[in-house]
Amino acid sequence: MPFGQFVGERSEAVPNVVEKGAVREFAEAIGDPNPLYVDEEAAKASRYGRLLAPPTFPCTFEYGEVEGVGLPGQGLIHGEHRIRYERPLFVGEEVLCYAEVKDYYEKEGREGALGFLISERVGENPEGERIFSMIDTAILTPVMRKNLEL
Amino acid sequence: MSATKPAWEIGDELEEHTLPPVTRSQLSRYAKASGDHNPIHTADEAAEEAGLPGVIAHGMLTAATMGLLFSPYLEHGYVKELRARFSGMVYPGDELTVGGHATGVEEGTEGSLYAFDVYAKKGEDMVASGTVDFLVYEDK
Repeated sequence: MPFGQFVGERSEAVPNVVEKGAVREFAEAIGDPNPLYVDEEAAKASRYGRLLAPPTFPCTFEYGEVEGVGLPGQGLIHGEHRIRYERPLFVGEEVLCYAEVKDYYEKEGREGALGFLISERVGENPEGERIFSMIDTAILTPVMRKNLEL
Repeated sequence: MSATKPAWEIGDELEEHTLPPVTRSQLSRYAKASGDHNPIHTADEAAEEAGLPGVIAHGMLTAATMGLLFSPYLEHGYVKELRARFSGMVYPGDELTVGGHATGVEEGTEGSLYAFDVYAKKGEDMVASGTVDFLVYEDK
């Protein structure tokens, strides 16, 4: 269980800013240029009074590297994703982000053992209040496990 | 965008959307916008080295596509929770259809929290399934 030893390890929090241009580019790339994501006037007139970020936008943030693991899940196959918001995420705000390795286990598959790496990524405001948290399951195929010499 | 505040009954279907076929340029664009530069999404050789038949779409792009179902209601509330389980690979040329239905509602202090089952499929093959909780604000 080579990733097992890193369970509980957390990265140093990294400051991120929800950039207007980055939100626009992301909204267009996912095919969802909602006026509340991209049109400042429409956003001002809305109940929010400012631009919002799309629900999956936090995957664009930097979460810092977990020692020994790097960016948890990077380069692996994405099995599951969950994001939970305490409130909407707004354009222009600063978000402190960190990642933590939650679990690692292996299961026998048809072509060998598959590895499952569970990580959590959290975004907080500068006052330390949580805005969102994500849980991701990344899958290591037998080939990937071999390449990583796991 | 929907002008009126949405209200769903259990079992109500969200309008299905069929998206244009996934293209390699879309995957490159998403890689750039998301910062996910894993080459299995943009280079066939890298995908093959990882044991895949060719480049695959980002799971998070499929998740975003499911989130798109709720975009018309953003004026009245927001996605509180999105869960997606990626069960099939999405390749360039695949045409995804997303949809879902309401499974419940809970009244809270912020407003009405609606629960949905959602899916993304290509033809009859499911590529992702999950749930969304969408909060509709109580109008003051």
